[in-house]
Amino acid sequence: MDPLSTLWETFFDWDSMREALPEMLTVGLPNTLILAVSAALLGSVLGMALAVAGISRTRWLRWPARVYTDVFRGLPAAATILLIGVGLAPLGMQVWGPNPYPLGILALSLIAAAYIGEIFRSGIQSVEAAQLEGARALGFSWGEAMRLVIVPQGVRRVLPAWVNQLIALIKDSSLVYFLGLLASQRELFRIGQDYAANTGNQSALLLAGLCYLLLTVPLTHAVNAIDRRLRQGRAVTVDPDDDGGGLALAGATAPPQPRPTREDPR
Amino acid sequence: MTAGTATTTPVSLGLRDVHLAFGTNRVLRGVDLDVARGATACVIGPSGSGKSTLLRTVNRLIEPDSGDVLLDGRSVLRDDPDALRQRVGMVFQQFNLFPHMTVLRNITLALRRLKKLPEEEAIALARSQLALVGLAAKADSRPAHLSGGQQQRVAIARALALQPQVMLFDEATSALDPELVKGVLGVMAELSAGGMTMVVVTHEMGFARSVADTVAFMDHGVVLEAGAPAAVFEAPQHPRLRRFLSQVL
Repeated sequence: MDPLSTLWETFFDWDSMREALPEMLTVGLPNTLILAVSAALLGSVLGMALAVAGISRTRWLRWPARVYTDVFRGLPAAATILLIGVGLAPLGMQVWGPNPYPLGILALSLIAAAYIGEIFRSGIQSVEAAQLEGARALGFSWGEAMRLVIVPQGVRRVLPAWVNQLIALIKDSSLVYFLGLLASQRELFRIGQDYAANTGNQSALLLAGLCYLLLTVPLTHAVNAIDRRLRQGRAVTVDPDDDGGGLALAGATAPPQPRPTREDPR
Repeated sequence: MTAGTATTTPVSLGLRDVHLAFGTNRVLRGVDLDVARGATACVIGPSGSGKSTLLRTVNRLIEPDSGDVLLDGRSVLRDDPDALRQRVGMVFQQFNLFPHMTVLRNITLALRRLKKLPEEEAIALARSQLALVGLAAKADSRPAHLSGGQQQRVAIARALALQPQVMLFDEATSALDPELVKGVLGVMAELSAGGMTMVVVTHEMGFARSVADTVAFMDHGVVLEAGAPAAVFEAPQHPRLRRFLSQVL
């Protein structure tokens, strides 16, 4: 007997996949996108707030940020989603009606924010103190210096880690099924699971997996491309000039291109 | 005069008994310094003597524990520090240009955000400042694509664009390869000749001797000797200054 026959029959049954495909694309994919994109936006905004609070000189901002991060990073995602989605359900019912999405998105965002906050914080703290001093010396307030000079540089340094978190978020969005979804509210994984349960064949789950790849792989490449662009700036030609045409600080200046995409000595 | 400051009115600068300690480390122990309107003071001294810290108390990047900082005889310690820093330009050893912006945007950022100049006006002013330091062609480059000397001249242009009344230079040429030092010192000398009030912390004794109106020798947080360059370099009084000069000259 072919030792891989179980794998083929259980996960690669094309007929099962074909059957699940339309619902996967018309219901599951849009719902997963709604959950992931909303939570990514809200989570990143909250994460930035946490990052800035985390490096604040005021302990009344720093400590809450620290506690928040420890709690929401440490709890299992499923527990947080149940806590928020079920615990606040009566409140959600009053505000949004019987739709589990708003609370699901809120829970996903709160979890993502704890991780993204740490990513942004590490990026911001990696920017040399001299940059802040340079901006303050021009007359910028601390807030302006952070917003215009420090945060943009810090975020650029951690784009790959941020994308990791967004990918985790896309996959974690499947956990909202804990909150009970109507047929039209099911996201990719739930639809795959339902087909698998009804047919006894897991191929629809693999199809759901392929749909996740459809989201995550292009995202990775898109952000890598942005990363590359930001690091290089526009293409510039160095022409030797009046003061010797030498390159600047050792290590700080590379020939204009090509530059490495990930590792940057800065 | 090319590194122009035509529209600014330089002011006199005075430091009165400035003290500063980091914990138990007393970095400044009663510093007095006077720089007349339009004059250039060079501060020399061994590493760790408090020169750079002293410079930072002038624009209050570091707040002194006690003493006073006077511009045109008026204390600035109660002023809004951000407004003060627009009057007092500063140039750093490591340039501190913003690497994620073009040279032009490095200069226009403060003009647009702080001076509230319209975009076109800010760009025009930035371009003219760049031309004065000989870098008009580099407006669209990123700092990393410039040599150290060029980066420092951009940093000077960036500070001058805000039309400061005093300029502070913190070892502006110490990070540069020897062949790039001259260009930067040239810009500074022009600025000095043009009547900018300047405080220059430097290890370039030749520059101090030829450009400064006053040279102040600092050691262990105090000015041990100050005077005209000729007096300080040719007839140093304090034994520590004599020893320092014998080591650096």
